[in-house]
Amino acid sequence: MAQSSQAAGGLASIPALLHRNATEFGSRPAYREKEFGIWQSWTWKQAEVEITNLALGLINLGVNEGDFIAIIGRNRPYFYWAMVAAQCVGAIPVPLYQDSAAEEMAYVLDHCGARFVIAEDQEQVDKVIEVQDRLHQFEHMIYLDPRGMRKYDHSRLHEFSHIQEQGHAARDEFTPELEKRRSKLTYDSTCVMLYTSGTTGKPKGVVLSNRNVIESAKNSSEFDHLRPDEEILAYLPMAWVGDFIFSIGQAYWTGFCVNCPESVETLTSDLREIGPTYYFAPPRVFETQLTSVMIRMEDASPMKKYLFHKYMAHAKKVGPQILDGKPVGFMDRIKYGLGNLLIYGPLKNTLGLSRVRVGYTAGEAIGPEIFEFYRSLGINLKQLYGQTEATVFITVQPDGEVRNDTVGVPAPGVELRIADSGEVFYRSPGVFEYYYKNPESTASTKDAEGWVATGDAGFIEPDTGHLRIIDRAKDVGKMADGRLFAPKYVENKLKFFPNILEAVLFGNNRDKCMAFINIDMSAVGNWAERNNIAYSSYQELAGHPKVLDAIKEHVEEVNRSVAQDEMLSGCQVHRFLVLHKELDADDGEMTRTRKVRRRIVEEKFDDLIAALYDGKDEIFTNTEVTYEDGRKGSISATLKLMDAAIAPTKAHKVAAE
Amino acid sequence: MNQAAQDEGYITEDGRKIGGTMMEMKNITLRFGGVKAITDISFDIKEGEIRAIIGPNGAGKSSMLNVISGFYVPQEGEVWYQGAKRPPMRPFEVARQGIARTFQNIALFEGMSVLDNVMTGRLNHMNTNMIQQAIWKGKAEREEVANREIVEKVIDFLEIQAIRKTPVSRLPYGLKKRVELARALAAEPKLLLLDEPMAGMNVEEKEDMSRFILDVNDEFGMTIALIEHDMGVVMDLSDRVVVMDYGKKIGDGPPDEVRNNQAVIDAYLGVAHD
Repeated sequence: MAQSSQAAGGLASIPALLHRNATEFGSRPAYREKEFGIWQSWTWKQAEVEITNLALGLINLGVNEGDFIAIIGRNRPYFYWAMVAAQCVGAIPVPLYQDSAAEEMAYVLDHCGARFVIAEDQEQVDKVIEVQDRLHQFEHMIYLDPRGMRKYDHSRLHEFSHIQEQGHAARDEFTPELEKRRSKLTYDSTCVMLYTSGTTGKPKGVVLSNRNVIESAKNSSEFDHLRPDEEILAYLPMAWVGDFIFSIGQAYWTGFCVNCPESVETLTSDLREIGPTYYFAPPRVFETQLTSVMIRMEDASPMKKYLFHKYMAHAKKVGPQILDGKPVGFMDRIKYGLGNLLIYGPLKNTLGLSRVRVGYTAGEAIGPEIFEFYRSLGINLKQLYGQTEATVFITVQPDGEVRNDTVGVPAPGVELRIADSGEVFYRSPGVFEYYYKNPESTASTKDAEGWVATGDAGFIEPDTGHLRIIDRAKDVGKMADGRLFAPKYVENKLKFFPNILEAVLFGNNRDKCMAFINIDMSAVGNWAERNNIAYSSYQELAGHPKVLDAIKEHVEEVNRSVAQDEMLSGCQVHRFLVLHKELDADDGEMTRTRKVRRRIVEEKFDDLIAALYDGKDEIFTNTEVTYEDGRKGSISATLKLMDAAIAPTKAHKVAAE
Repeated sequence: MNQAAQDEGYITEDGRKIGGTMMEMKNITLRFGGVKAITDISFDIKEGEIRAIIGPNGAGKSSMLNVISGFYVPQEGEVWYQGAKRPPMRPFEVARQGIARTFQNIALFEGMSVLDNVMTGRLNHMNTNMIQQAIWKGKAEREEVANREIVEKVIDFLEIQAIRKTPVSRLPYGLKKRVELARALAAEPKLLLLDEPMAGMNVEEKEDMSRFILDVNDEFGMTIALIEHDMGVVMDLSDRVVVMDYGKKIGDGPPDEVRNNQAVIDAYLGVAHD
């Protein structure tokens, strides 16, 4: 595949795109942020001025080309500017997850050898100060919110606005230097370094070049016909590649506006006020939204309830077809139109999704009911499959070909290959440069021809060309009797029940499968309230006999559904338990992007797994927990171990016929 | 007359500079009929400090706060504020002098939104009359915008943006307390009185509230006088502590000194009164 070494129109870097936007749509909004109850906005022209001042300030502070600048904070225009300003001066921005503990931060800061840190507030500054003795290259820190930091030693600490002011004051001295550095940026210069969340082992620094980012942004923007008047809400972690592509890559390529919410708690009302036209959310967000809609409908008046259920049933019947432009009967269309007026429209408005033209979900499998619900409302929700190493896009679902069980066709410019082992490989202009300071991992992930292993097992459907993902390649195993073990497949089926937040399946090299289950506190808590079940804590609710019975029903339903699948019928859950604590990133049981770390769970709760296989009825256990501030405590509980009925496998019969 | 000038400030352990005397209570005695709620108490509050009043139930703490806020007028003794003796005043006059307070039993307008409640804190800073406000355009509008800006800064400071439009009646207790603090802050007082700001809160809410109190003091240099039951919180927060028991002052000084005062220990742990 011929990679273009020259960028179209000399737009070879994000700063170059910034300049184009400031020239072409200078008076259009580039950034908005709600602060003090009002949406404050910056045009592209103003954004360029802010970024230039900051870049001059960084030169003034002594930032050299090739330096790493760590950026820690929630989605705010200032941090997006910081990333672009860093690029302007030839430095490499490294966004970090702001909810990481100091320890995790220390690893990343030390690994990339950041000389500068730009942090949001006292909380983040304190974390860096706590570990700074171990960081040999660390020199200066810039903070945004001065609150509570009046008494700090300011010899190495600077306020964001002061850096900008100093930069502006020194513009005569440093502008030539800035121009020089900016003009040196090419398609091959490093654009950003992003750390993977690290489902296994330490996080790895993925280096992405301007080519990776701009080509991916260009291809995907064209694929979905994104326009300069698009509105997006930036609320996903800035350290995540998706946010970088949506809020910087695509935003700078097409010139649309990035809106930042006031705070995490105001997200839903900010979403409603902005009404994004292009929206991205992981399945969990859609799930939570749907759960809260359903809970609120339970409390609605009978008339409203009747209307809601009647019209939702109709939407389910014809909504997706209408969205895909397929033929639908005239009366059904009229009825859908009426439903739109009475139910779907107002509901979408409440959810803040009225104007969504293109919506994506990715990261995890989404429950079929959830996916259908949003599509039947007329929201063009699609799935994509991607990873940091690919600069997000591997496969996407084109409009009109959206299905729940596949992740779509290869994105523009992407080639796919399935290895004999079933693992999916891809090659594209978005393929990352290398892992920073880790040539072994680079070599084992990316071969000489540029093919990258995804680590996922899957296959391409012969009829449609859509990719179907089965599971993580390394998680796919064999049962003791040789049948296929694909934990994710079963876990996802379990998680599609609103009552179940998280599930972990065990059974590799064993004769039976066992499962851990986390209940969803809001759904189960609401159910308990409705049924007059008293509880005082998560632990008590999780251990309540009625809850266990309800979960048991879910597990048995999943078993019946798994039994239908010829390949995976061996993965039925024989026994399970409901965990006394939620799996949590602070305890290392999950990644910051909330994916279960299977090995760690397996080690940490080995006593529980042993008990499940021993056939005991209950077990006493004591678990260490870590609080958000790093303190440790422990909780103990006696857990009931439950049996679940196994459904007869029909597959053999079918095969025999 | 100008007493504040001769008063010396001091430097706190964490390096904050405390100014001269802001308020001085001189030999205050407060009676309700035959009951003596406060007997001959004197103490001062210096500019920029966090001053705590502690004591067991019924010690007269809230009565003392009510004397400071002008709600009760003591039968004996004098209240000096900013170098001048304060004549008996009605509470709203005291408020105009720059003293704001929160209440032990939350006193918010339950049916109004958080924003409207906090806006009421600006009442003393509004000069337009009802007719001007009804016509709205012009002065009233400008004034409202200016006041709203200050209120929004307070909302941002106390991190209650998410409940800005929520009616107060729907909020949990801990948040109502915070809204009350917001309303008091919106008045931009010189002296902030907090009546049991942490009563009935869980540990996490207490930690949040403590941080806000420290931040208010640190950011705005606001003088704070608070009443609190939780000894741990008081000792951590305050610069100087007055201890009351049965309407009398039994201790006064920095937290560490007060903690080791035998009279204070007796009052809290209980000894036989003969």
